[in-house]
Amino acid sequence: MSGPVAQNAERTRRVLDEARGVRAMVWIIAIMLFLTVLGAALGLATRNAANALESELVGRATVQLVASDPTRQEAEAGKALSALRGMPDVRRAELVDREELAALLRPWLGDDGADPDLPVPTMIDLELATEGPATLSRVRAALNRVAPSARVDAQEAWMAPVADFLDLVVLIAFVLVVLLATATAAVVVLAARAGLDAHRHTIEVMHMLGSTDVQVARLFQRRIARDAGVGAAIGSLAAIAMLLLVSAQAAELGSQLLGQASLGPSGWATLAMLPIAFVLLAALAARFTITRALESVL
Amino acid sequence: MANIVQFENVGLRYGNGPETLSDISFALAPGSFYFLTGASGAGKTSLLRLLYLSQRPSRGIIRLFGEDAVTMPRGRLPGFRRRIGVVFQDFRLVPHLSAADNVALPLRIAGMPEAEIADPVSEMLAWVGLADQADAKPETLSGGEQQRVAIARAVIARPEMLVADEPTGNVDPEMADRLLLLFDSLNRLGTTVVVATHDIQLMQRVSGAQMMRLVKGRLQDPTGTLRHPPAREPA
Ligand SMILES: Nc1ncnc2c1ncn2[C@@H]1O[C@H](COP(=O)(O)OP(=O)(O)OP(=O)(O)O)[C@@H](O)[C@H]1O
Ligand SMILES: [Mg+2]
Repeated sequence: MSGPVAQNAERTRRVLDEARGVRAMVWIIAIMLFLTVLGAALGLATRNAANALESELVGRATVQLVASDPTRQEAEAGKALSALRGMPDVRRAELVDREELAALLRPWLGDDGADPDLPVPTMIDLELATEGPATLSRVRAALNRVAPSARVDAQEAWMAPVADFLDLVVLIAFVLVVLLATATAAVVVLAARAGLDAHRHTIEVMHMLGSTDVQVARLFQRRIARDAGVGAAIGSLAAIAMLLLVSAQAAELGSQLLGQASLGPSGWATLAMLPIAFVLLAALAARFTITRALESVL
Repeated sequence: MANIVQFENVGLRYGNGPETLSDISFALAPGSFYFLTGASGAGKTSLLRLLYLSQRPSRGIIRLFGEDAVTMPRGRLPGFRRRIGVVFQDFRLVPHLSAADNVALPLRIAGMPEAEIADPVSEMLAWVGLADQADAKPETLSGGEQQRVAIARAVIARPEMLVADEPTGNVDPEMADRLLLLFDSLNRLGTTVVVATHDIQLMQRVSGAQMMRLVKGRLQDPTGTLRHPPAREPA
């Protein structure tokens, strides 16, 4: 808009008393958006972590061999490996390197983990071609014949409680965002009603001078959308600042799970859409409330 | 042209109370000037409210500008209201707008370009003697000054019909004369004018004006001229 049209709009907007009414809404919406963005970030990051975990664990299994003496263990491991490699269910079977194992155990055993005399189970890392309990039992049966001491663990299975927990967190975050959106719409409806009430006299005059409902509604809608926009900007910027701080700290911790819990570009984009979506929601709620209210007057 | 307004057996009841207006039948010829009189509480404001579409009747037929105003859908009311200028008995200025912005309101609502608004507004304010108070808010104006802003707002868009409820109740006789002159000149330009007033002296000022008298919600029309108005000779 430019020139006389913009000026006209500006003049008409002043028909509503700027000092009165909806200011408090800015802060309520700011708080709502702050919580929503944090909630959504939690949900998105957790979902990413869950996805990463799943893609790492699905179709993976570990075979553990513990025999009474190391030579036997080694022999069993060799037979197990060749048996597994012969199965169509198994895409890849790899002996976990003793060095690697020692490195994994170091936090618990210290440098003793590297002691060649220490009885350490032999581990075979499996990548399965198909998933499911049927595959696992075929693998178990095949192993049982050549290496009775072998134990097969689907990594998925022992990580299942973790995955369930992550799914729950995602669900809670989603519910949180929906509740906050509902509460925001309710706040806007209340603010619109209060605005209509405060300006009842002016609206009546506008109607009598030939204003259409759309003209009257536009006055409020613009104002509410602008207030919601300011509130949404404040709230989401604060939330994003906080998220950046948190992710910087998480990066310093260097934890693997936290590292996978990053938002990623699509996550950040989704967060950036939230204030826009909320302002649209606010404008819609305001329009709905106002046109409904105006329809009841002559 | 046919009558600009036609009432047939119109009744108005507020809520479940008695009828405030009963069996009102009259017609207004375009370009004519009417005074509406009656004791306080006789129903003058109620009748005018029907006329400027702020109230629907409980019964009867109202035709406005040749169309049925009783069953008219809400969406068409704004278009009709823009053809009617109203001076409310209680002024109804928008409190946080200046006198000039109040006067400009009908033009802005009608979507007139901003550049074309300033001149007629200041001209109109000058006419009602408020050129110096263009930027004043209503609350800082006297009752008579507020009334004049209300009148300026009612006439600025050159309505086809002007409805004024006690428009001179708060001004001195000199200003009353001046405002009446304003109505009269608007009338000469073709606007149908309806003025509710108690002021008998005022009524004698306009030659050719007709009288409508309300008594307890009923229109006195012994000669039947209000039902069948004679065409008015051009001035
Ligand atoms: N909105 C309303 N609800 C209920 N009753 C009303 C309403 N408006 C007016 N009345 C009643 O209708 C009757 C006529 O009122 P109205 O205002 O039309 O009188 P009036 O002739 O304009 O009086 P005045 O000269 O004092 O302005 C009064 O008895 C009044 O109490
Ligand atoms: Mg009255």
